[in-house]
Amino acid sequence: MKPILDVKNLTMKFGGLTALDNLDLDVREGEIVALIGPNGAGKTTFFNCITGIYNPTGGDILVRGSGKESIRINGLKPNKVTQKGLARTFQNIRLFPNMTVLENVMIGRHCRTHSGILGAIFRGQSTVREEQQVVEDSYAILEKINLNQFVDELAMNLPYGAQRRLEIARAMATNPFLLLLDEPAAGMNPQETSELDELIVWIRDTEKISILLIEHDMKLVMSLSDRIFVMDYGKKIAQGTPDEIKCNPIVIKAYLGEEMDA
Amino acid sequence: MVTFEEIKKSFLACIWFMFLTFPIMVIRVNTVQNEIEWRWKNMILIGIASFILSFFWRNLFRQKIKKGKQKDPYENTEKISIFQKVLKEKKYYFPGTVALCFFVIGFPLLFSLYQINIMITALIYVMLGLGLNIVVGLAGLLDLGYVAFYAVGAYSYALLHYHFGIGFWIALPLGGLLSAFFGILLGYPVLRLRGDYLAIVTLGFGEIIRLILENWNEFSFGPSGIANIPRPGFFGIKMSLEGHTIYLYYLMILLVLFTIFVVNRLQNSRIGRAWIALREDEIACQAMGIDKAKTKLTAFALGATWAGMGGVIFAAKTTFINPASFTIWESIIILCIVVLGGMGSIFGVISGAMILILLPEYLRAFSEYRMLIFGVVLVVMMIFRPGGIIPDIRRAYKYKSKETH
Repeated sequence: MKPILDVKNLTMKFGGLTALDNLDLDVREGEIVALIGPNGAGKTTFFNCITGIYNPTGGDILVRGSGKESIRINGLKPNKVTQKGLARTFQNIRLFPNMTVLENVMIGRHCRTHSGILGAIFRGQSTVREEQQVVEDSYAILEKINLNQFVDELAMNLPYGAQRRLEIARAMATNPFLLLLDEPAAGMNPQETSELDELIVWIRDTEKISILLIEHDMKLVMSLSDRIFVMDYGKKIAQGTPDEIKCNPIVIKAYLGEEMDA
Repeated sequence: MVTFEEIKKSFLACIWFMFLTFPIMVIRVNTVQNEIEWRWKNMILIGIASFILSFFWRNLFRQKIKKGKQKDPYENTEKISIFQKVLKEKKYYFPGTVALCFFVIGFPLLFSLYQINIMITALIYVMLGLGLNIVVGLAGLLDLGYVAFYAVGAYSYALLHYHFGIGFWIALPLGGLLSAFFGILLGYPVLRLRGDYLAIVTLGFGEIIRLILENWNEFSFGPSGIANIPRPGFFGIKMSLEGHTIYLYYLMILLVLFTIFVVNRLQNSRIGRAWIALREDEIACQAMGIDKAKTKLTAFALGATWAGMGGVIFAAKTTFINPASFTIWESIIILCIVVLGGMGSIFGVISGAMILILLPEYLRAFSEYRMLIFGVVLVVMMIFRPGGIIPDIRRAYKYKSKETH
C-alpha cells in the first residue's frame, strides 16, 4: 500500500543548527503513527515543516489523498497545506479564545467554502445556503466529539480537556485525510487521557482519517500506535511496532542515558 | 465601614497628590512684581479632594474584583450591559427604532444650522469609525495611519474635480476605490508585521501621505490647499447654503445606514469570521486553511474604502481642504472612537463617535481641559470596561441537533 504521507531525507537547518537531519517517515492509510523522542529532538519542528510553517532546507514531503496523485508540498503556505488535506493541532493550545466553540469549528470549514466579499454583502441564496451548511456541519462535528454542551460558550471558558478536544474538532472540520496531533494528551489527567485514546481510535475507524501524533505519554503511545518513529537530535534512531520499540536498546539509551562505566 | 488601613492608604494618596501638584498648583511666579506667590489654599483643597477620591477609587476597584470573583467560568456570564439588554428586548425594539427614526428625520427641523453641521461631522466620524473597526476591531491590525485614507478620499475628489470637473456622485465611489487601492498598497509591505511594529509602520504611512500633500505643490497645492470644491448636487437643483446642509445631513444618514448594513453583513460572514480568527491567533488561523495575506489585504482595503468615502464627503462639506485636516491627531481620535465604543461592535463604534465628537462641541466651556478629560476617560475605561461602552456580543447561530451518539 502506498503511503499517504511520505517524507524523504527531510532536513531543516536554522543557521548552523541542524534541527532535522535526513529524516524519513511515512504514514499509510488508516494508520495511527506516533513520533516520539526526548525533549528538543525536533518533533515539533518536523510538524512545522510538514504543515508549511517552516520551509524545509532539503528533502521531499509527498502527500497523497485517497485516490489522488501524490504531490510534493515542500514550501507551500500553511493554508495551502491544510487545503491539501493535512490538519494539525498545536502543542500549546491555539484556539480562538474570544470566539464561541461553534465558531472555532466553523473557521475550520473556511477552506472548504467559497463565498466572498460580494456574496457576504448581497447575501444571495447560495451564500445563505453555504453559511447554514457550515453551521450544520460544524455542529455535527461537535456532537460527534461530544462538545455540543459547550456549543455557544467562548472557547477560553472551556475546561482544559475540552479545549484539547475542540482543537481536534476544529482540525477535523477542514476535512483532512491526515490529522497531525502535537502532544494531544499534554496536561491531561488519566481519565481525560483514556477518553482521548478512545477519541483518536474512533476518528481513525469511523471518520477514516489517518493520524500522526507526537506524544510523551508512553502508555497512550504504546496502546494506540500501529507504528512508532523515534527521534533524537534531529535524526531518526528507530522505527517499528510498539513491541519492537519497547525493547530497542538505542531507544532506551536515548531516553534513559547510558550507564557510566567507571 | 472605614478601617484604619483605609484611612492610611487615602492619607498617603493625598500626600502624594499634594506633592505632585505642588509646583503647578501652589507656586506661582508673579512676573510683574517679581515675587513668588504661595497658594497654600490650593494645596489643602487638593489634599481633601484626593483623600475623598481615593476612597471612591478603591471602592470601584473592590467592586470590580468582586464581580470578577463571582464569575463562574462554566456558565454563560458574559457581562451584558443595559444597552445590550435593551437592544435584545423585543418589547423596546420597535418603539425604540420608531423614536430614533423620528429623531433622525426631524433633526434638521428641530435644530439650528450649527447643530446640523456638527451632526454631519459626527456622522462622518461614525463612518470612519466603522471603517477602522474592520481593520482594528475585527482583524486586529492596529492601524495608526488611518487618516491617510481619509486624505486620499478628500484629495481624490478635490483633484478630480479641479482637473476633470468630476462631480460628487462619481467621485464618491472613485474616492472609495482609490482609498481601497491605497489600503492594499499599505497592506502589502506590512503583511508580516503585527502589533507594535504594524502600528509604527502605519503611523509612518499616515505621515508620509500628509507630508506629500504638504510639500508636493504641483500636485496638491501644498499647505494652501484646494478651495471651491462643489457641494453634492441633487439633480442639478440650485440650493441655498441651508438647503445644502440639510441635504448633506440626510445624505450622510443614508450613507451611514449603508455603511452599517455592509459592515454588519461583512462581520457576520465567512470573511468576517476569518478576520476575527486572524485577530485571535494568526498561526492557528493559517493552519486552519485561511489565507493570511488575502484576509489581511481585504481588511485593509475594505477598511480604507469607508475612509475614502468619508474623505470625499468631508471635502464636499467644507468645500476647502488642506493637509492640516489630516494630521495624526485625526487617526488617534478615530482609533479612540473604536476602542472607547467597543472593538468589533457596530453600536459601540456609533456611540463612541457620537460621544467623542459631539461632547467636545457642546462642552466648549471646558475646552482647555479637553485633553485632560480625554486622557482620564480613556484610562478609566480601560480599567473598568476594557470591552468598550457597548462591547461586541457574539452572534447566536441556529443549528439542528441530530443525536448521533
